[in-house]
Amino acid sequence: MLVIRRDLVDAMVAHARRDHPDEACGVIAGPYGSATPERFIEMENAERSPTFYRFDAAEQLKVWREMDANDEVPVVIYHSHTATEAYPSRTDISFAGEPEAHYVLVSTRDPIEHELRSYRIVDGVVTEEPVKIIES
Amino acid sequence: MAVTVSIPTILRTHTGGEKSVSAAGTTLAEVIDDLENNHGGLKARLVKEGTLHRFVNVYVNDEDVRFSGGLAAEVKDGDNVTILPAVAGG
Repeated sequence: MLVIRRDLVDAMVAHARRDHPDEACGVIAGPYGSATPERFIEMENAERSPTFYRFDAAEQLKVWREMDANDEVPVVIYHSHTATEAYPSRTDISFAGEPEAHYVLVSTRDPIEHELRSYRIVDGVVTEEPVKIIES
Repeated sequence: MAVTVSIPTILRTHTGGEKSVSAAGTTLAEVIDDLENNHGGLKARLVKEGTLHRFVNVYVNDEDVRFSGGLAAEVKDGDNVTILPAVAGG
């Protein structure tokens, strides 16, 4: 289960809405061993595409170094789908390289109601998990 | 020629859990071959059909090697090689 503060959920949705119709992506870092997402980091989608996303490699190195220095891990890795449901695509599954992360998908295909779901993706196997939002 | 290689979580099964290992070589390709000798299975996770796998980012001293020759990128004694999973999808 992903337990996450309301303001962090709102920040992911706001980012996804702002970049629509392109996909938005980012990370929420949390202290090593805690599994609690805390520090919201918007990432550049180097692809600037409605159907694909990729963290800019230089920005990713900088952010991963910061997390290392702070004893943090990428607790949440999020991205948006702008025309399809919030379920990992085949490409999402083949790239998923952080077995301990919660992969959060936000769908902005409906202009009013967003859809936000969370998954574990390990060795190509997708497992959806409940999302518990804590009012902050 | 020894370099330090940072290994991401997903590949640490090949290094007995070590976050960072040392390897030798004058190019990234040689470093990866040396890694493979000591940590079997790593090469297949990094290289596919003679080029770097699109699922990983490799940096030599913070420089993305895709812009500095890929597997032919030169490394010097004391350099730091960092491997990260590429974060991407559709």
